[in-house]
Amino acid sequence: MASEALGWWGVPLAIIAGTLRGSAPFLLVSLGECLTEKSGKINLGLEGTLLMGAMSAYAVSYLTGSPWLGVIVAGVAGMFLGVIHGWLAQQPRVNDVAVGIAMIIFGSGLAFFLGKPFIQPSAPQLPTLSLAGWTQIPQLESALSISPLFILGVAIAPLMQWFFRSSRWGLLVRAVGDSPDAAKAMGISIFKVRMASIVAGSFLAGIGGASLSLFYPGSWSERISSGQGLMAVALVIFARWNPVQCLYASLLFGGAQAIGPALQSVGIDAYYYLFNASPYILTLLIMVITCSPKRTLTGAPGSLGQAQE
Amino acid sequence: MSDRWRSLLEKICIPIGALLAALVIFGLFCALAGANPLGVYYSIYRAAFGSWSSFQNTLIQASPLMLSALCTALPARLGLVIIGNEGALVLGGLAAVAGGLTLGGWGLPTPGVQLGMALAGMAAGGIWIAIVGALRHYRAVNETISSLLMNYIAIALLNHMVNGPMKDPSSLNKPSSYPLPEMHMLGNLPGSRVHYGLVLGLVACGLAYFLIQRTTFGFAARTAGGNVRAARVAGLPVGKLTLAICFLGGACAGLAGMVEVAAVHGRANESLNANYGYGGVLVAFIARHNPIAASLVALLLGGILASGGILQRSHGLPDATVMVFQGIVFLSVLYSDSLYGRLPIFKERGVQPSPPMATATPV
Repeated sequence: MASEALGWWGVPLAIIAGTLRGSAPFLLVSLGECLTEKSGKINLGLEGTLLMGAMSAYAVSYLTGSPWLGVIVAGVAGMFLGVIHGWLAQQPRVNDVAVGIAMIIFGSGLAFFLGKPFIQPSAPQLPTLSLAGWTQIPQLESALSISPLFILGVAIAPLMQWFFRSSRWGLLVRAVGDSPDAAKAMGISIFKVRMASIVAGSFLAGIGGASLSLFYPGSWSERISSGQGLMAVALVIFARWNPVQCLYASLLFGGAQAIGPALQSVGIDAYYYLFNASPYILTLLIMVITCSPKRTLTGAPGSLGQAQE
Repeated sequence: MSDRWRSLLEKICIPIGALLAALVIFGLFCALAGANPLGVYYSIYRAAFGSWSSFQNTLIQASPLMLSALCTALPARLGLVIIGNEGALVLGGLAAVAGGLTLGGWGLPTPGVQLGMALAGMAAGGIWIAIVGALRHYRAVNETISSLLMNYIAIALLNHMVNGPMKDPSSLNKPSSYPLPEMHMLGNLPGSRVHYGLVLGLVACGLAYFLIQRTTFGFAARTAGGNVRAARVAGLPVGKLTLAICFLGGACAGLAGMVEVAAVHGRANESLNANYGYGGVLVAFIARHNPIAASLVALLLGGILASGGILQRSHGLPDATVMVFQGIVFLSVLYSDSLYGRLPIFKERGVQPSPPMATATPV
């Protein structure tokens, strides 16, 4: 552990390191969820997609020796689950939240089923990018080594912002999410736009899974995700459906997740489990503070959570 | 064929058709995984319902599912999608152990201790879900997401308590609370291995059905669930209804936790977090939030869960196979909801073109 030699300085360092490592899956999944929700549907099943992505990335990386191929396969596996969700959640009288829960069970079941043989072996990992060329302190170097997928997420966030704000396709997605009737009148196929958004969002979530198994913690097990896929839903609300704010929110959540282990490393473990729950408590508090019965949240897609006609 | 019969037939045929379709898809999945589908079906049937001994396992699995399903089914009548069953169950179990140890320490007789455990479990689970309802009503916080977050917080509380304040120092491998004394445990039904939790589950489902369908309270709840604005205009206390229904639902899940600790585990530890909560959500949705149907669906799912071991032993399939099966059943049943009123066989052939009974939550 990095903090052993540094004493108490290890705590903030461990939190920074944990933030940089732990926020990649949050970032990618929340960007995927953001895109999905902008089109007016919720995908709770991204938890299953994340696990499926983590498993397939690890398995492919182990079998072929190429972690990057694993990342791509993880995205494709996510798209497969996304197609199921996109089709099912758009049937009449089918509740997208219920489909999401079913997809969590199905996706994680499938990941555990297919991933059983890959729990033991160790797969080649993604290369590490180091931000610490300027320092000689080994602890700092290991803390500042980050995942290439995190960089990818950081790059996607402003791109997605631009996509929504300035591109024609982004306008289509927003139109379908805000006012499906108007979009229909314009001759847009709501089904196709939502399907495309859900599938693309699931692709990102699958890659988010790859960042769990191929970088940190860097192995595949059935407990690899601690609900990051579900928390992404709350994170998107916290970020007000804005991709760049998803980036900040992911850093905050990754940091909150790192507090417990960082304190444990210097011997404070009395409230270890409660500190580990801090991202959930934080999300709940933020929702309590920001929601109000008198108005809808700014930035919320107009048709979100409304039943299909 | 009269319309009434046609509609009843539709309500029976569509769920059964969905289950059959799920079986076929699952069979294909097993075949792809290299197992003989017919053999797998037979194993599931044998492990779930094949003999009295295996059926008892099914009943033991079904009891907490019945109770926890009500945590989703009752609020659903108000139009709320609550999935906090796991959290309410876990906290109910924790509170039941705390209550049982305290009351047992005071030297109360066994019935008093058991009643105290049940009340403590119900209060903990009920308050937990009532918080979700209050957040929904007063702060417009989405109840699905808040109840989901509260699951994780509840599990963290459980881990904190059994690793800290309530830890039995002798439980090293699996940190647990102090065990309940043997004499305060819930007994078994005469002549079986099935504990009294099954009775509690059946009674709770029956009472819930009566409450929703036959009382003024239930009528008010269904009205508010149909149209909140209309209910407010009619002068119904929507806030109180929300809190009461959420409390009752949570209390049922809390009781499931009490049953688990008082009849199965004997202490609180992470075994409480055994997915009966999410299983309960599944049961409630398949039963279309009807408590009586939920007790039957819980039996079915209990049977599927009970067959997990045998699939591993005799077919070499991983234990997650049961999860895949659950997922396929859930997806297939959800899809079947969209078929009501769309299948030509069940369409009325008379003058009226309106489709039979096509509401999302049938009576």
